[in-house]
Amino acid sequence: MKGRYLGISCLALILALLCSAATAADDEAGEGQKELLRISTTTSLYDTLLLDEMEDIFEEMYDVDVRTVSGGTGIAIERAEKGDADLILVHDVVRERKFIEEGYGLSRTCFAYNYFIIVGPEDDPAGIAGMNASEAMKTIMEQGIENPDLVKFVSRGDDSGTHAREKLLWDRAGLDYEEVATSDHPWYVEAGQGMGPTLLMTNEMEGYTLCDTSTFAAFRSDLSLVPLIESDDFLINVYAAIPVSPAAYPNTNCEMARNFINYLVSDEGQDLIAEYGTETIGKPLFNPARGNCDLIGCSGDECALPLAEDACSQASA
Amino acid sequence: MDEIAAGLVKAIELILALDPTVVEITARSLAIAVTSTVIAAILTVPLGGLIHFHNFKGKRAVVNIIQTLYSLPTVTVGLLVFLLLSRSGPLGSLGLLFTPGGMVIGQTILIAPIMTGLTIAALSGVGHSVRDSAVSLGATKVQAIFTIMMEARAAMLAAVLLGFGRALSEVGVAMMIGGNIRGYTRVLTTAIALETSRGDIEFSMALGIILVSISLIVNLLVNRVQGNWWV
Repeated sequence: MKGRYLGISCLALILALLCSAATAADDEAGEGQKELLRISTTTSLYDTLLLDEMEDIFEEMYDVDVRTVSGGTGIAIERAEKGDADLILVHDVVRERKFIEEGYGLSRTCFAYNYFIIVGPEDDPAGIAGMNASEAMKTIMEQGIENPDLVKFVSRGDDSGTHAREKLLWDRAGLDYEEVATSDHPWYVEAGQGMGPTLLMTNEMEGYTLCDTSTFAAFRSDLSLVPLIESDDFLINVYAAIPVSPAAYPNTNCEMARNFINYLVSDEGQDLIAEYGTETIGKPLFNPARGNCDLIGCSGDECALPLAEDACSQASA
Repeated sequence: MDEIAAGLVKAIELILALDPTVVEITARSLAIAVTSTVIAAILTVPLGGLIHFHNFKGKRAVVNIIQTLYSLPTVTVGLLVFLLLSRSGPLGSLGLLFTPGGMVIGQTILIAPIMTGLTIAALSGVGHSVRDSAVSLGATKVQAIFTIMMEARAAMLAAVLLGFGRALSEVGVAMMIGGNIRGYTRVLTTAIALETSRGDIEFSMALGIILVSISLIVNLLVNRVQGNWWV
């Protein structure tokens, strides 16, 4: 009899401890009544863990709790449109402008860039080496239709920033994306996943894909794919920060979002971006926007400049 | 294949070193899963009992619906609760999205159908002779119900364990409602998803092994208690 009660009380005690741990974790966030900054970003930026490092530094600078959620660019922007974020860090200028025009975003600030590259099997069955990006895509399609077992293209297929750039490339080659992507064509594969899993899939299928340099560098050792098209002005991938506008969500933490952006474009922030990656893989994963505004097509006010003190109050006026 | 072996080695390393990040993630996983299971049990055991012990029009339909809900995809529950808890949703002012509290709500909803349905199944498995004997020995309605529930306790415990297992190892709700926020809502399953998509297969495998080990320990503990009950 005693053993039974002992057993039950032990279990009950453990349960009680764990339940209080769960609620305590919630309390911790509220106890110091720390300010909160909610960032919504894309996987291609987040998965490099650059933001984790910047978060740690920023949290100390401002005694704030930074919470970052990532996903494809589509859902990253959607979360902000629903008011679940104070700041977005994404890389799709078309959707960024729309976000601002529709009143959700305050302003755009470019802070970093890297490149998209087209990667493929070393023996380059479609023979795209040396072409410009759009020509290469067109050639892959033509070769793929003729010979789907030999030549394949793997798309992100997930409405991400990378996927958006892929669509633009098809567009630039004079092709209708809808026609390209119809399921009749076995050469075109839609992964529907993040960049990493897409790369692994491309590797398995010995196909081609569009990828950002940072993710490719991170996965390089697991892949037998090589970069085939690397230099094309159209492949520049610019990351921008947009605070959510108080006009859309009066309770958004615009001031802290502004502080974060100002940190991103400060000398320390831009230096950190310029060096990030050199320790782990020997070369930087990103380039700072500072000094490269013309190259990345980011003009005047939008390029690596801090936001004014009254940027947020102006908006809610 | 050597990733599995490498993962096993890494798992042992992480456990022995009591790696702070892994400990934090594991504790959070457990806390959220246990809380969800306890709340769900408090709600579903009486509910299951109510449904089983009463005959009402449409009882068959209700049981059917509950059993259909066993197959609710975790991402769908995640999406529904996300729409509820988002700032622009009806419960937005509670600020529960991307918090552990929100995850508990989501997981409780997720495992409730299984626990209700299996409670009903457990009670159905008790022979009529038990109720008849209890009544003939002078038991009141409440005492009879209690006796039947005690008879079914093994199967009901199995229902609770299943609910716990589902809560601990699901990704859909944890990811959509929790957001995998480092230091705040990251749990074992979402960490595994992140590390896999980052290409860190070894670490990902290690976390998976740790998750299964936790499950094993919980099961052993519960069996121990069960053992004591069955004198």
